[in-house]
Parts: sequence; structure tokens; C-alpha cells
Amino acid sequence: MAMNNKLRIIYDGLIANNPTFVLLLGMCPTLGTTGSAITGMSMGLATMGVLVCSNMAISAIKGFVPSKVRIPAYIIVIATFVTVLQMLMQAYLPSLNALLGIFIPLIVVNCILLGRAEAFASKHSVVDSMCDGIGTGLGFTLALTMLGAVREFLGTGRVFGLDVYPERFGSLVFVLAPGAFIVLGLMIALFNRINRR
Amino acid sequence: MLTYISIIVTAIFVNNIVFSQFLGICPFIGVSKRLESAVGMGAAVMFVMALATSVTWILQTAVLEPLGLQFIQTIAFILVIASLVQMLEIVLKKVAQSLYQALGVFLPLITTNCAVLGVAILVTQRGFGFMESLVYSVSTAIGFTLALVIFAGIREQLQLVDVPCSMRGVPIALICAGLLAMAFMGFSGIKIG
Amino acid sequence: MSNSEKKESSLLSMVATLGIITSLAGLLLAWVNVITAGPVAEANRQGRISAIESVAPKFDNDPLSEAVVVAVGGDSVKVYPAKEGDRLVGAAVEGFSMNGFSGRIDVMFGFDADGTVTGYEVLSHAETPGLGAKMNEWFRSPEGNRSVIGRSPARANMTVAKDAGDVDGITAATITSRAFLEALRTAYDAFHQIETAN
Repeated sequence: MAMNNKLRIIYDGLIANNPTFVLLLGMCPTLGTTGSAITGMSMGLATMGVLVCSNMAISAIKGFVPSKVRIPAYIIVIATFVTVLQMLMQAYLPSLNALLGIFIPLIVVNCILLGRAEAFASKHSVVDSMCDGIGTGLGFTLALTMLGAVREFLGTGRVFGLDVYPERFGSLVFVLAPGAFIVLGLMIALFNRINRR
Repeated sequence: MLTYISIIVTAIFVNNIVFSQFLGICPFIGVSKRLESAVGMGAAVMFVMALATSVTWILQTAVLEPLGLQFIQTIAFILVIASLVQMLEIVLKKVAQSLYQALGVFLPLITTNCAVLGVAILVTQRGFGFMESLVYSVSTAIGFTLALVIFAGIREQLQLVDVPCSMRGVPIALICAGLLAMAFMGFSGIKIG
Repeated sequence: MSNSEKKESSLLSMVATLGIITSLAGLLLAWVNVITAGPVAEANRQGRISAIESVAPKFDNDPLSEAVVVAVGGDSVKVYPAKEGDRLVGAAVEGFSMNGFSGRIDVMFGFDADGTVTGYEVLSHAETPGLGAKMNEWFRSPEGNRSVIGRSPARANMTVAKDAGDVDGITAATITSRAFLEALRTAYDAFHQIETAN
């Protein structure tokens, strides 16, 4: 298969089928971890790591898993990689782990992972599934980083922790819970508008 | 007694699972188009959440902790929840036909409802006892149902409103959810006991 | 249901596949658990030690192994004594308050030998971002009467100005400020007990 094809798979996940803005999957971490650009990006990358691994593993075992038990098998594979990630983060990135908290184990129930396993990895080769994992993972990371950056900018006057304007002009509500819903709503509307043209 | 009241009020209003903890957002957006289905989903979640939290609490304290196997918590809990939902579906189908017809369609959706796994994990993290866990899970589910029902009511009205094209559907719903979250912020800081 | 013979054989294969996957998963997890157990414990230890180092006066002992638990107000507080040689030069104390805006807050306070606050580090909290969550910077800022560093609960009234105290609370987060100062007083009480016993 041509290189072009792999790039196409990545592009699909990143833009055309962006998991957050187009497919509206994985809403909980999208809202819960985007108080700042850094936390959003970390969550996106963590999810991407699990997604790439689980996609590859599921694609590798797809031949000999009876179709009736494929969903439990996928769940076990995903949960295993999530637990590995959780243990690695506790050991080497404890402060980030504390920041993301419960959303790390909850990657297990992120619909994106099971969705990609069922819709893509169970039908394609290991390499293609890896590309799909990278594309979809990047799309998710991009969405979370953008959302985090916008909320951080409006709320505290910073982006990635760098001062842009004085904090007292910021509107705190964007960092708090309501801002998460409102900014995400506006960003999906923006994505709709761009895609329609 | 005061502890329980405090847990109930906190779980329903102050730390509402949807509006302040951001768990269970997928069904919150997916199943809130009609009031009827919102009530059904809420009831199904309450059922599964109470059952799942009880079982995982016992599993955690009786098996995982004594054996030092806390590290397989995530995988064990998700398997328990998934098989519980399956079993519940089969049992309801055989035993309570009418209840199955009311809740059946929502059950498969619940396995990937992160609120169920989230509550099961939160309960172990906070070191709740069995009764506290049960009360916490039921009140969290009530909070979830409350959020879902209010939101469904708003969305039914939204269908009659002329909204700009790009904002139709989910975007305007999310903005309404944001306003609701703002209203729920009014509860924060309330303390009992 | 219709094809019972086929179901028999597929049941076996289903159980076998799930069994194999689960045991592989279990082996992988056990292996990762073994290799990360050391680093996890080390990370926890390092986190604690660096918090103690950043708040307490310079010491040359191992405060972690010499930690004492002191009963204060119906609960217990951990005190990490900082010593130079055999002399007690101060301590790091894990103060807490249950009365934060969103529940419990834990703060590590450092004291020198005569009870002056040498530093603090917020360990965990659930306060509102942008309001109560500012406490990690606010109470060390030199502006006005915000800073608690260099002051001693023995000599100053460590409550917020609103309660006729000597500390400027965080704007729009009085509850958090009260809880923070309560944690400070709890920590000081624990330190005082250790110090007088010494």
C-alpha cells in the first residue's frame, strides 16, 4: 500500500472524522480535563498512547477471537493498556497523574477506543490500525489542546502558562464547569460552519 | 445520619456528577432529546450504579486489597460492570418483562457510561464504607437523573426555536448545559454537618 | 440456539480465547507492576521529601524516618522534625482543614525552632480554580498583609482580617482563606507539642 494511503487514514482521523468535534465521542475527558492547554494536551496524548497500542493489539488478535466474545476481549485489551499507562504515570509523572486523576482509569470507557477497535482495527492490518490510532489520537489531542487553550486564554489570560494579558481581565467562568460546556458548544458550531462550506 | 444527608445533598446538588464532575456526558447529550427516554435512562443508571458499586466495593475490600491486587482494579471493575449489565438484561427479560421493555434499550449503553465506573472508583479512593458507598451511588444517580430530566425539558423546547444553522443540535444544547452548570454552581459551598 | 453442536465447540473456543487474553493481560500487568513498584514508592517519597525541603529550614537528618504523629483536635497530624546534628532546627508539619470551600485541604507548613513559618506547600485541595486555588501563591505574596511566611502564630493573630485577624484573605475566597489559616494553626499546635516535648 502506498504511503499516501496511510496519510489519508491519519488525515481522516484528524480532521474529517475528528472524534471530538465531528463524532462527539469521549465527551467526559474533553470537558473535564481542559481547564488549561497543558492538561488537555496531556490527556489527549495519554489517550492516544492507549489507542495506538490497543488498536495494534486488537488488529493482531482479530483473526482468532470468536465474534461473539469480541467486545469483552477488546475491553480486556483496552483496560490492560490503560492500567499499564496508569502505573507508568504513577511512577514517572506523579504530578500529572494527580492532575488528571480519575480521568486516567476512565480512558477504559472512552467510546473512542472501543469505537475504533470495532469500526477499524477489527477489519484492518496492524500497520493501518496504528495509523488510524495515530490519526484519531492526534485529532482528539488537537481538540483537547484547542479547547484547553481557549478556556485558559479567556479565563486567566494565559496560554500554555504564558501570560498574554493581565489575569484580572479574564473571565473565570471559562475555567470553571460552565465554560467547558459553552466553549465546546461554540467550537463545534465553528467546526460545523467550516465543514459546511 | 448527618453524614448520609451530607453525602446525599453533596452528590445530588453540590458536586452534581454531570455539571461539576463531568462524568456521564455521553448519555447526557445522547439520550436527552425526549423527556420520556431521559427518565428511563435515569432509572436504568440508578439500578446499575447501585448494583455495580455494591459489587465492586465488595470485590475491592474482600478480594483485591487482601491479595494486594489493587493494580488490576480498573480491569476488574470494568469486567464486573460489563457482565453485570449483561446479566441484568437477561434476568429482566425473563423475570420482569414490563421493566425490561422500559429499561432494556438503555442497558447496553450503560457499560460505556463512565459515570458507573467513575463512581465505583471514586468510592474506593475516598475510603467510603459499604452503606456510605451505596448511599453515594444512589444519590449520584439521582443527581444524574435530575440533570438529564431538566436538560431534556430544555431540549424539547429548543426544537421549537429558530437557531442559527451551525448552532443547531448539539452546539446549542451544550451552551444550555453550560447555563445549567452555572445555575448549579449556586449550590457550591453548601455544607451540612 | 438453533445449532447446539456448533455452539458447543464455539463455547470452548470463546472461553479459551478469553482465558488466554486475560492471562496474557494479567502477566503483562503483573510484570509492569513489579518494574514500576520501586519508582512509584520512590516518586511518593521524593514528592514528600521535596515538599519538606522547600518549606523547612535546612536540615541534615532524614525527616521521613523520624516522622511523629501528633494528636490535634480529635485528629492526627504528621510532623517531620528537621535536625542539624542533634539540634532541632524546625519541622515540616502536614496541617489540614476540613472546612475548605469544597472539603478537605492539606497543606505542608515549615516552622523554624521558635515557631516562625518558614514556608508552605499546598498538598491537595479541591478549591475553585482561580479563586480558592490561588492559596498556593497568595499567602507567600509580599503585598499587604497576605504573607504568612516570617510570621509566627505565637505572636500574630493568624486569622483573616475579616475576623479581626492579621492576615489578608484571598479576595472573594474567604472560606478557603479561613480553612487555610485553620490548617496553619493546627500545624502550629502540633509543632508546639513536639517542640515543648523536646
